[in-house]
Amino acid sequence: MGRSADWGRIRAIAWKDLTAERRSKAGFYSVAALGITILVLFGFALGPDTRALRDAAVGALWLAVFFAGVLTFNRSYQVELDGGALDTLLLYGGGRWTIFTGKLLANLAFVMMMLVIVLIVGAVLFQVQVPAQWPTLLAVLALGVIGLVTLGTFYAAMASRSRAREVLLPLLLFPMMVPVLLAAIQASKALFGADLMQESGAWMRLLVAYDLVFLIITHLAFEYVIEV
Amino acid sequence: MTAVTIPVALPSSRRWPWFGAFAFLFLITSQALAIITSPADRDMGDLQKIMYVHVPSAWITMLSFFVVLVYSVRYLWQRRENDDLLAASAAEVGATFNGLTLVLGMLWGRPTWGVWWTWDARLTSTLVLFLIFVGYLSLRAFIDEPVRRAQWSAAVGILGAINVPIVYLSVRWWRTLHQVQSSPSTVDPLYVLFLRANAFAFLFVMIYFIRQRYEAARIERDAELAAQAVALGGR
Repeated sequence: MGRSADWGRIRAIAWKDLTAERRSKAGFYSVAALGITILVLFGFALGPDTRALRDAAVGALWLAVFFAGVLTFNRSYQVELDGGALDTLLLYGGGRWTIFTGKLLANLAFVMMMLVIVLIVGAVLFQVQVPAQWPTLLAVLALGVIGLVTLGTFYAAMASRSRAREVLLPLLLFPMMVPVLLAAIQASKALFGADLMQESGAWMRLLVAYDLVFLIITHLAFEYVIEV
Repeated sequence: MTAVTIPVALPSSRRWPWFGAFAFLFLITSQALAIITSPADRDMGDLQKIMYVHVPSAWITMLSFFVVLVYSVRYLWQRRENDDLLAASAAEVGATFNGLTLVLGMLWGRPTWGVWWTWDARLTSTLVLFLIFVGYLSLRAFIDEPVRRAQWSAAVGILGAINVPIVYLSVRWWRTLHQVQSSPSTVDPLYVLFLRANAFAFLFVMIYFIRQRYEAARIERDAELAAQAVALGGR
């Protein structure tokens, strides 16, 4: 199998997942609605003081994306299992890591779209002003989502096929996400505050290192997880 | 209908009970010596003596997680069931010591710092480590099929172990209050001696616990296999 064949497989799987989501629609809208609902609940829990809300906005936003994202990851395997399609998928030739990469890319697109919606609603609800360094902020958001989706897609391959998938995935995933949560929130907060201490750079390097380490390891370990 | 009995080969452990007795005697002796003979700390008084359990159990926690990592990697490499059972046993023992470390630290922190808990780097990363262990053990509890359980928990164990230094680094950048370790040259030599003795005592207890837990897991698996053999009419 050459490199182009692997790439073809990855693209086919990612496209298949995204097409299924686009045609069913209900999945994406309900997950995005859940993200917004969590933001509203944070507003009730922390508000109505505008300053308190603005200070907590970044943390609330990330947690909303975390919680809504968890549903996405399990769904991504659940639709395969419901149709009995996973076994067929595994029978195809070529490296099985390509299944993981394909699902990873589809989930990435899915969560990014959700993030955009949650971000816009969050900025309105929590009265956040867009900082001058918004391109850097976008990079922080992208790096954080990559970390979340990488581990989420990996752990969901196990959790979705176990007895207690609703509780197991967050239980496995959230403690592992502590560095991403901290780095993404601290970097975002620094950028909102004009980053006078220049600390966002260090946090972004941590995010890049985390993403790289876990992208490599999950790709290596996926074979062991999916074969049984 | 006659009862079917299948002989299960129990792990031969003639020497392990002696090792266990030695480990606990050693632990009791070095704890007693440490508590009775070491001088009270200038600032903390007798409160300092909690160090002889808190610090060794923190070290043993890290060591157990490392044992989980080693056996998980070896399981994926050689696919021997015993490695998986040993990794699981080390995870259980590690989680126990991890919980002990947290509770003892809180008992010490309340009179010393005035709070039960603070969001300091070491405390927070120890707590996150505990949660990662709990996730690992829950995963095992929710999967019945042995090969699947072994491969999945090996993957989770390896990822968790790799994350430990990253968690620690990130939380340390976030906030730091925990006192740095005292250098052996600045404290009374008796402290150092008893701390090391107790660290070894904890190490022996850890090895004994892991062995006991492993033997129990082995017997359970053998019983399952025997039951399967009966169900399949192998006898």
